[in-house]
Amino acid sequence: MTENTKIIENATCTFCGCVCDDMILTVDLDEKKIIKSKNACVLGRAWFAEHTIEEDAPAAMIDGKEVSIEEAIEEAAQTLTKAKFPITYGLSDTTCEAQRQAVAITDRIKGNIDTTTSVCHGPSGLAFQGVGESTSTLGEVKNRADLVIYWGGNPAESHPRHFGRYAVTPKGMFTPRGKKDRTVVLVDVRKTKSSPVADILIRPKPGKDFEVLWALRALVKGKKLSDDIEERTGVPLAVLQDLSDRMKNCRFGVLFFGMGLTMTRGRHFNSGALLALATDLNEFTHFVAKPVRGHGNVTGADNVVSWQTGYPFGVNFSRGYPRFNPGEFTTVDTLANAHADAAMIIASDPASNFPKKAIQHLKSIPIVVLDTKCTETSKDAHVAFRTSTYGINTTGTVYRMDDVPITLRPAFESPFPDDETILKGINKRVNELMLAKHYASGASGEVKVAAPV
Amino acid sequence: MSVKMILIPGRSSKQGTSLNVGKLKDEYKEVTSTLEMNTDEMAKMGLVDGDKVRLSNETGETTVTCIGKKPEDLPDGMVFIPYGPPSSELMASDTAGCGMPLSKHMEVDIEKIST
Repeated sequence: MTENTKIIENATCTFCGCVCDDMILTVDLDEKKIIKSKNACVLGRAWFAEHTIEEDAPAAMIDGKEVSIEEAIEEAAQTLTKAKFPITYGLSDTTCEAQRQAVAITDRIKGNIDTTTSVCHGPSGLAFQGVGESTSTLGEVKNRADLVIYWGGNPAESHPRHFGRYAVTPKGMFTPRGKKDRTVVLVDVRKTKSSPVADILIRPKPGKDFEVLWALRALVKGKKLSDDIEERTGVPLAVLQDLSDRMKNCRFGVLFFGMGLTMTRGRHFNSGALLALATDLNEFTHFVAKPVRGHGNVTGADNVVSWQTGYPFGVNFSRGYPRFNPGEFTTVDTLANAHADAAMIIASDPASNFPKKAIQHLKSIPIVVLDTKCTETSKDAHVAFRTSTYGINTTGTVYRMDDVPITLRPAFESPFPDDETILKGINKRVNELMLAKHYASGASGEVKVAAPV
Repeated sequence: MSVKMILIPGRSSKQGTSLNVGKLKDEYKEVTSTLEMNTDEMAKMGLVDGDKVRLSNETGETTVTCIGKKPEDLPDGMVFIPYGPPSSELMASDTAGCGMPLSKHMEVDIEKIST
């Protein structure tokens, strides 16, 4: 450590969807790294400590060979405009400003845009459209909630400060004694590091979440359940009745739900059942439901894509206007069905966690990658950009999991450009190429093309 | 002898911290290749901590290291792995029209690899 340090107060951690904005960072300006991150959780500390500058890494490469950023932008634009079914994917670990550029590029090239939401809370997105969402901010939860239910998630390991900063232990306006003023329920098929926080732990049989939620809806409405409910779901009737009573009689209840619902059989039906339960409960008290979102700005991705296209993810522009069709225009499908013939992957690593068949097709097409580190996806990239890290090196806007926008305070400068700068360059060049293509096809007269965003 | 179980890939603290170090680094590879199984099931299969097992299903197969968890934490018939490249090998691509592949609750055959 050198003496040339500075302190950044109220910095924001963008590792997970909690987007905690109370970080106090100590930055070693000579070494260009964060040496202390006060208030950060175990994941946040790793996020800040490990995003250092790899000075030797090339800022841009084509087929593994170092090139100038301008050459890489030209090749990326050529690759995307020549493709018949170009896809854009990722976006959850970058700023809203960069996401906006990505939508503009995809619109321009008549491509397909999707975000990591489709393999995260995409099913919940479908359920929101079908059932609706009784919602609130995490601030309301902190100040008012006296019954907190976590369903199908392990926040202690995925969102470690969710308990302490927002929902379980913090003292709020109407919860002055913190956890003593709340009842915490955890529903999960296995016992996890989150279990000790729960006053009531409910462990259904695997794959029976929908049945348990539907049974609770019936009990809330005063219906009788058959005695074999425990045999079917693994949860005794008395436990379900007790939870139903607690939900109806609390002052402000919240259901936080995770991937245990969206990634298992039933997917959007599971999320829909939970959202419907929250809606039902508003006949008796105030009850809200919130998905516990994953990557730092995945909620921003939903917001930006929705503002610009009308839909949150899985959007196709091939007809010149946006169409939404999960199962067709979501990225696992465009890859596994071999529809995509070029891909721009931004701040994401599908080659590491997509289904095998989708990865195989991804590796067979030209890929443009923007990432802060080498990944399984960038290893196979035709064009690879090394970009700076949002929230550490660059400012911008991110959305917390409860749709609250937060402005980032960077800690130190990076020699690498940010995602927005690269995407603006690609957008400009793509615009020129698409116009040239238009005129080359024999079109005449004035063409109305919007200026790059 | 192979045994059918339900595989649940998910986030763990170690997986979260190691991906910050780098997904191509050994630490991440090790974390995402470590399977948790309850100790009763391990005993039935003749496994001890650190043994290699082969997971397979209709989609693919992968080899991982097995470690024990208390039976009261992880029920019989269920195994857990921090998600990553090995779990992707077993994930089918069908999204049932919603964009999401079945990423948890995957039925797999588990077999001890003789050393």
